[in-house]
This record gives sequence, structure tokens and C-alpha cells, in this order.
Amino acid sequence: MTDFFYLIPISIILGLLGLLVFLWTLRNGQYDDLDGASERLLYEDDRPRNDARP
Amino acid sequence: MSCCVPPAAFVESLAGGPNRGPSDNEVRLASRALGDGLRQSEFSVPSIHCGACIRTIETALDSMPGIVSSRVNLSGKRVTVRWRDGESPPPMVHRMVELGYEPNIFSLEQAGRDSSFTGLVRALAVAAFCSMNIMMFSGSVWAGADGPTRDLLHWICAALTLPALLYSGRVFYQSAWGALRSGRTNMDVPVTIGIVMAFTLSVYDTGVSGEQVYFDAVASLIFFLLIGRTLDHAMRERARNAVKGLARLAPTGALVIDEVHGPAFMPLAEIAPGSMIAVAIGERIPLDGEVVTGLSALDKSLLTGESLAEPVGPGQPVPAGALNVSGALTIRSTADETGSTLSRLVTLLEDAEAGRNRYRRISDRAAAWYSPVVHLAAAMAFLGWMIANGDLHNAATIAIAVLIITCPCALGLAVPMVQVMAARRLFEAGIMVRDGAALERLAEIDTVIFDKTGTLTTGLAAPIASSGSVEALTMAASLAARSRHPYSLAIARSFRSAPDVAWTDVEEKPGLGIEARYKGHLYRLGRASWSSPAEAGDASTVFSRDGVSLAAFTFADQFRPHAAESVKTLLDEKLRVEILSGDRAALVEGIGAKLGIAGRGSLLPEDKFHRIEELEAAGHRVLMVGDGLNDTPAMARAHASMAPGSAIDIGRNAADLVFMKNDLNAIPMAIAIARDANKLVRQNLALALLYNAVALPVAIAGFVNPFLAAIAMSASSVVVVANALRLGWRPLVRNEAVSDLQDQTA
Repeated sequence: MTDFFYLIPISIILGLLGLLVFLWTLRNGQYDDLDGASERLLYEDDRPRNDARP
Repeated sequence: MSCCVPPAAFVESLAGGPNRGPSDNEVRLASRALGDGLRQSEFSVPSIHCGACIRTIETALDSMPGIVSSRVNLSGKRVTVRWRDGESPPPMVHRMVELGYEPNIFSLEQAGRDSSFTGLVRALAVAAFCSMNIMMFSGSVWAGADGPTRDLLHWICAALTLPALLYSGRVFYQSAWGALRSGRTNMDVPVTIGIVMAFTLSVYDTGVSGEQVYFDAVASLIFFLLIGRTLDHAMRERARNAVKGLARLAPTGALVIDEVHGPAFMPLAEIAPGSMIAVAIGERIPLDGEVVTGLSALDKSLLTGESLAEPVGPGQPVPAGALNVSGALTIRSTADETGSTLSRLVTLLEDAEAGRNRYRRISDRAAAWYSPVVHLAAAMAFLGWMIANGDLHNAATIAIAVLIITCPCALGLAVPMVQVMAARRLFEAGIMVRDGAALERLAEIDTVIFDKTGTLTTGLAAPIASSGSVEALTMAASLAARSRHPYSLAIARSFRSAPDVAWTDVEEKPGLGIEARYKGHLYRLGRASWSSPAEAGDASTVFSRDGVSLAAFTFADQFRPHAAESVKTLLDEKLRVEILSGDRAALVEGIGAKLGIAGRGSLLPEDKFHRIEELEAAGHRVLMVGDGLNDTPAMARAHASMAPGSAIDIGRNAADLVFMKNDLNAIPMAIAIARDANKLVRQNLALALLYNAVALPVAIAGFVNPFLAAIAMSASSVVVVANALRLGWRPLVRNEAVSDLQDQTA
């Protein structure tokens, strides 16, 4: 029964973490250009470019 | 995806010379200051289509001095450039035009719509988090937790519902409030009432250690409904406004030659009729007028759809918007800005776009009678139970169960899910859809009207060499590449090959052709009577050496692939098909006869517009397929509209659907997919109603508990989604049989 009291917060916190990571990727513009991302894979060098993000 | 062939440099001059794209001033005005002397510009570049395009543009732009960084967005076909603010912006527009990617300014107000989509996704993510965690705890309750454990789990659920209720639910409250304020009701009104009341009652029940709470229903309702809303929104492209594009097409000013004050560049609004205006090669005629001096050819394709440049000389009228192709002209204006051909088109287009916005979506129509029924049922259940046993709490619980179980989850998913599937199928076939409403309208049409030039036909004059050796043709092409006349460009395009000839003394003779010297001989390419006066043939254009004909060309517009076949398919579908064209009547009728349909020629944009109005007034639903400016008002007026990808910007903006492949089969295919989608939408609505018809009596009778509500709600949504996915099952039906008429020259 007492397991409950830390398992519940843990599960919620883990879920929250996932949500926050998703919101971060959204804000970071990682879904802005899904087509482009799949094409860039073929053309880009491994070192990061100096990107202009909107 | 197929890869792009880097276009040769001269082809870019085809549509209007080196000054295409926004000017430096426009670029600066539309750019955003980032601080530290940096500015950011966004361009919309429709011709970006593959990974190689990304690389080409980014490499070229990044190597330019003054540019800090650039990034291409392939999905949005946009380029973002950061540049250091100097005296003038780096010539990035020019560079992109050179590469064959013509940029348009991507204004910030257009970008604004994207952020509302991001907001929706964020709300969806929060709702997903809340509803899934609540489901986890509700599962424990259903599994038999009771006493203080159940109460604790209920309180946790209540806390987890709050973000969904307060943050994600706003979308619905705003929409419901907007509807109520204007005296209407929509689907969001019962949703809002349902979730707010269910939450309130559940909190009360939790407080008194009740057994049944609806937190899971509240959160998953918000989640499911938001999925529908997000899908619907994803279909919608940025707001496109054809009118604005049209206005931008007109030159902002003109060089007025005034005998008293000398030449001055004046804004159009200040130029009075009767002013003398100089129009250089490659410029558009700024105002309606007549030619005073100069010989040239005018490309009126934007206005009339006529593909072949028309020679003009002194005394002849010239319309605003026509492109001056081959010689400098001086014109006397006959109208001021408001009376000009272009501004008449703008007015017409504004009227048409206003009319278009009155269309009511199928989901709105369903909501209009659905939501009163739901309210009524909930109210009746409440009253009935109050009368039956007078238990306020019991009556309220049942009324809320009715609201929840009839909540239009399935209805909310029924339409957008199908339309997203349809849009995906269309996309695979190279057809872009503007939004879901466009699909609904396309499914309803019974008449198809084609423009001729550029729509039924390719719009590019294709040269046919009627005589001449391969060498002569190659030489002609190399000479033709030095001219900007559409005919020359067509020849250069068709017969181009290395090596280039070292021409000297190249001179373009307006109205006649182009001449040059090579190894002591005089070569001419142009009008037959000028190029080789001695031998008058029936060829329109002759390439000659010292007056002796080496090669002769005739020009013809060609049908797009599968023109005849797709017209036949449309006729088989019992659709009425017509051609409305600005081109010569005899020509249009001839083409109509070849395709077996009626054709009307010599129509002004207004005439097309009125013809469509006439048909719509007679109860027909018209699909207008066109590409030029002259079709734009008609396209905006028609029930639905399509444009080829080669259409001008404004044409594409006015169109509901744009087909990217050259092939006219896109039209019957789009109609077929739209009709399939429509059928599925109706099936889905019927399924959703059926579910309600079953669930409603059960809910009113008071047999619904939270567990049942959750199962019923999810099940109905899954059924509707699964039905929508059926649209993807059947393979694309494409008739590959090549009709005899195909590719025949018009």
C-alpha cells in the first residue's frame, strides 16, 4: 500500500517529463520541416551548419 | 520524389527578364530586425521540391557576402535568410532567380497562422498527457479500488484534469462563446457545457466520496475532439489571398515623360489620363493606353490567356498588365489607375472571394441541428428524472451522462479524418488541396469549365521545324537564346545544344526578329518576309543566311497530356464540360470540336465571370479549371476551382486545388477522390448518428456509468477513424490507355 505513495508521483513525473520534452521539440522547431529533415540526411555533412531558425 | 534539373540560365528570362522577384526595397521592408545589425527575410519559393534544391539554394546563398546563414524549409517551400544590414540587402533574390528558384516575399502575417497550429498541437499534447494518466488511475478504480484509495485516486484524477480543462479546452470555450455571442449554436456549445458540468459534478462527488466520477471522460473528450480539430487545421494552408497578389503585380509607378518638367517616375495614382509614359523592354504596361511611338510585341498571357505575343505599333491600344517583350514603347495613358484593366480585375476578384466565404461546411450543417437535439435530450432527461424521483443529484448525473455520451467525438473526427486521408491521396497524385471545405465543394460539382491556354494546352508555344538540317536548327537555337521573344525562347528551349556559336553584332529588331553575324555571313531569325524575303513560304518564322532560308518553324500550342481522355472521363461521369477562353473564337471552337465539347472564345475576364454566375444561378455547381489572371475572378466565383502548378501565383492562390503534374488526368482523379471522400464522410456521420441513437436511450434510462461512457466514446471514435482509413485501401485507379487524340496539336 505504501508503494503507492511514491509510485504515483514517479509515474506522473515521468509522464510530465515526456510532455515537456515534446513541448521543447515543438518549440525548437523540430517538426517544422519533416520533409526537409529526411532529405538533408542524404546531403549534409556531419558537422552542424550555422542555421537560421525562424 | 523526382529530382530537379538545374535550369539553364537563359530560361529564367522567359517570363520577364532579370528583374523578377521582389525588389531590394520590398525585401528590406518585409524583413525583420534581429538586433546586432542582422536582419531576417523569409521567402516563399514554390519551385523548391527536393533535397538537391535545399543544397543548391543553401550553398549559393551561404557563399554570398553579407549573408550570415540561410535555411530552406522543404515542407513549407520557404527560405529563411539572415543577412547583415548594409546599404542594400545582398542580392539574394537575384541569385535565387538565377538558380531558377523565383522567390516571393513571405510576409509575417502569413506566418502568423502557423503559430495557431502550434498552439493547437501544444494543447493536444497536454490533453494527451492528462487523459492517458487519468485513464491509468481510472483503470485502478474500475479494477475495484474503493474506500480511501478510491478517493485518493479520484483527487489525483481531478488534479490531472485541470490542465486539460483549463489549457487545452480553451479552444472549445472560445469557439462556443463566439457562436453564442452571435446568437448561434455550434458543436462546441454542448461540448463546453458537458465538460464543465461533468467536471463540477465529479469534483462534488469526489468530495462526498461518491463512486462515479467522470474525470476520464472529460479529459479524453477534450483529447479526442482536439485530434479532430488539429487534423482539420493541418489541412488548412496559410491564408492565401489572391487579391493581394494581384495588386502586387501591377507596377507601383511609371516613368512619365513630361515636356515641361522632364521625365519623372510617378506613382500610378498620380498619373492623369493623357500622360505620356515610357515602357522599357521587360516591363509591364502600367496603365491602359495607346502606343505613340515604338514597335514591340506584347505578352498578354496574364490578361487574356493568349499564349503568343502580339505585335503592337503606334495607334494601337495596350492594356495594363501586359508585358512589353521586344522593344521600348511610349504610350499615352487613356485611363487612370482605378479605371485600368488590372484594377477592374481586382474589384471583380474581391467580390468573388467575398461570395466564396459564405459556403457552410458539412460539419457545421450537421452541428446546426445536432446540438439543439443534444441540449434538448439532456434537459428532458434532467426534468424527467426530477419528476420521476425528485433526486437532484441523480437527475444531474444522468443529464451529464447524456451530454457526455452524445458528445460529438465521432462527429468531430468523422469529417477531418476522411479529409486528411483524401488530401494525402491527392498529394500522392501530385494534387494540393487548399482545405477541407474545398474537397466538399469539389464533390458537389456538376459542371467543369476549362480555360484553354495553359490549362487544356500547355500554354508554351512549341516550335515545329518544318524544314532545316540539324546544324541549322542548332545554330538557330543558339541565336534564339540571345533574344527574349517568346518564340525565340521556345526555339532555344526545343533545339538547344552545344557548342554555342560565336555570334557578333547581335541585334534584335523589334517586330521582325534577331540578326547576327558569324564568319562573314548575316544570319537572321524572325518573320519570314524579313528573314528570307525571296522565298515566301507558309512558315511563320524562318532562320536564314544572307537571305537564304536554312530552317523554318511553325508554332503551335499543344494539348496537355491526357486532355482528350480526361475530358472524355468527365463526360462519362455525366458532367457538363465547356471551354471558356480569351483566345480567338474560331480556335477555341476548333479545340472544343476536337474534344467533343462546347467552346467559347474571345471572352474577357468579366465574360467568364458572368458565364459562371449564370450557370450557378441556374443551379449548377461549377468547377473552374484555369491558370491565368483572366481566369482568376471566374475561379474565385465558381463553386470549386483548380489550377495547374504552372499557373501564375494569383491563379494558384485563387484555386482550391493545384495539380503539380502536367497531366490533365488530375482533374477526373481529384473529382473521384473528393466524391469518395464525401461518401465516406456521409457514412461516418451516419455511423456517429447510429451510435448516438443507441447510446442516447441507454443514457437517458440512467444505465451509463463512467466505464461504459469511456468504452462507448472510444469505440465510436475508433469505428469512424477506421472507416476513414478505408479511403487509403483502394489503389489509385489510373487509366493508362492513351487516347488517339492525346498530344495532337491544337
